[in-house]
Amino acid sequence: MSDTPIDRVAKATPPVLARKIRGFSDRAIAWVFIAPTIFLLLAVNIFPLIWTINLSFTNFRANRPNREVDYIGLRNYERILTDGDIWLTMQATAHFLFWTIFFQVLIGFTLAWLINRKFKGNDLWTTIIVLPMMLSPAVVGNFWTFLYQPQIGLFNYGVSFFTGIDPSSFQMIGDVALAPWSIVIVDTWMWTPFVMLICLAGLRSIPDYIYEAAEIDRASKWRQFWTITVPMVLPFLMLAVLFRGIENFKMFDLVVQLTGGGPGSVTELTSINLKREAFEKWRTGYASAYAIILFVTVFGLASIYVKALNKVKER
Amino acid sequence: MSSFSITEPSRTQKWVAGALVVGYALITLLPLIWILTTGFKSPVDAISYPPKVFFEPSLEGYVNLFTTRTRVSPEQLQALPPPASWYEEIVRNRDMVIAGPSRYGERFLNSVIIGFGSTFLSVFLGTLAAYAFSRFKVPLKDDLLFFILSTRMMPPIAVAIPIFLMFRSLGLSDTHLGMILLYTAVNISLSVWLLKGFIDEIPREYEEAALIDGYTRFQAFYKVVLPQAATGIASTAIFCLIFSWNEYAFAVLLTSGTAQTAPPFIPTIIGVGGQDWPAVAAGATLFLVPVLVFTILLRKHLLRGITFGAVRK
Repeated sequence: MSDTPIDRVAKATPPVLARKIRGFSDRAIAWVFIAPTIFLLLAVNIFPLIWTINLSFTNFRANRPNREVDYIGLRNYERILTDGDIWLTMQATAHFLFWTIFFQVLIGFTLAWLINRKFKGNDLWTTIIVLPMMLSPAVVGNFWTFLYQPQIGLFNYGVSFFTGIDPSSFQMIGDVALAPWSIVIVDTWMWTPFVMLICLAGLRSIPDYIYEAAEIDRASKWRQFWTITVPMVLPFLMLAVLFRGIENFKMFDLVVQLTGGGPGSVTELTSINLKREAFEKWRTGYASAYAIILFVTVFGLASIYVKALNKVKER
Repeated sequence: MSSFSITEPSRTQKWVAGALVVGYALITLLPLIWILTTGFKSPVDAISYPPKVFFEPSLEGYVNLFTTRTRVSPEQLQALPPPASWYEEIVRNRDMVIAGPSRYGERFLNSVIIGFGSTFLSVFLGTLAAYAFSRFKVPLKDDLLFFILSTRMMPPIAVAIPIFLMFRSLGLSDTHLGMILLYTAVNISLSVWLLKGFIDEIPREYEEAALIDGYTRFQAFYKVVLPQAATGIASTAIFCLIFSWNEYAFAVLLTSGTAQTAPPFIPTIIGVGGQDWPAVAAGATLFLVPVLVFTILLRKHLLRGITFGAVRK
């Protein structure tokens, strides 16, 4: 007989009670198993969300808890939607989103396609390429500020090595025109493997016989690529874009460590802007309204996108 | 695949593809290699121009990472007894003496405590919920599962405001318990979704046989399903651990002293005139290496983990 804790408990349980436990319906067990998770999420996610909605109608400031709180209706929302600075932030976010996804899809897909040529040792190199993705964005982002330093930084040195431009003549982080690209480069470096892995799964899911049939029909390689490979990988690619889109819309740690939103506010993405309003200016009510708007935006865009994704899958 | 397959890439194709991928991999590894090597450079070598590839290794970065130091005048230095250890000697060479340990050790330990605590909780709760979702008829199952996933879509900063207020009134600000609960709540969506996928793959027949043999549901779960799901549970745990380990936004907003983890701390390591790069790199190396090891262990399940179980190979 085994003697696990559960067996000991079972032996020590009085028969009457044991019968009762045995009689636990599957339904009861299901609830006992699910309830703690739901409860935790309600307490740590939904309750705060409702609280945020409530705060968004007030002029509450968290650094002055004793001040009287007034309900000011939709004033916070009005102010946010008419604020020019917020639109600049949104533009910075859109720039970041568009270009990171563009480069990650381009490079990620190309890499996956190359790896799928099944050369010797492709598994090993796939694992090596994946490494940056798993690391702490804050710690790595901080170190990239060192790589980006003019003169001593490895990045500037590399650029000058290949192009001959003087390495101290440009500052990736300090320059208003270059800073938005500095965050795109690091994010692309970090997350291209993510898109690559998902594309690779897509490519590997295409059975060989489809290509064999196309080959018999004398379809050119080019044609095979556009009529077999691309459509069959598309659902996978769209899934990867969905994940990257949501993640980069929330982007905070990497960019805050790299540029801190600067210079000025050219790389101030929405999350960084929100942090500033909430935890530096302490305009809690205003920031809450801002948070709600962001959340509704992510949720709305994601649902529309998922609908499109399902359509592509059905084809 | 047979060697006669017409879809098999030619040897030249393989060779070119391999060369391109290896080239990309080497470039992408450079920043990581730079972190590793900078940790062993002396402060002068670290900021030399052009960047040094070959250098005399030094442990100064690691010594600076773990100590706080004060500058002393040459006369005072002369008056001191000879250095008792190799690390004291390194510090003395810079006209300084060791004043005490730095906070890096504490912060690292906090990362370990909070990481393992929240991983244990989220995998424990996640396994129970995933089993129930996988095996039982649960009303509104799809809605509940979507609700669990949707909690992951909120920007951390957006939830941080009320959580900050909530923690303040509950006395959970800057405590290990608060951070463990918070990270558990963030990780549980991943945990439930991944584990549901793993448990779905275990044939129901095993449990049904056990139930017929007189096992209760609990026993069947404990003795039949759990051992079968062990690999899935282990890889889910590693994913949760890596997330908690890397998390920065909540850590920087909700902790400052006792419960601060390493990610908000490492960028604040400063030396003379700005960041002490060898020490930062040393701190980063020690912090990143465990994740690198885990990633290599996980490589078979990586895809599944990063897509919440949506893509399986």
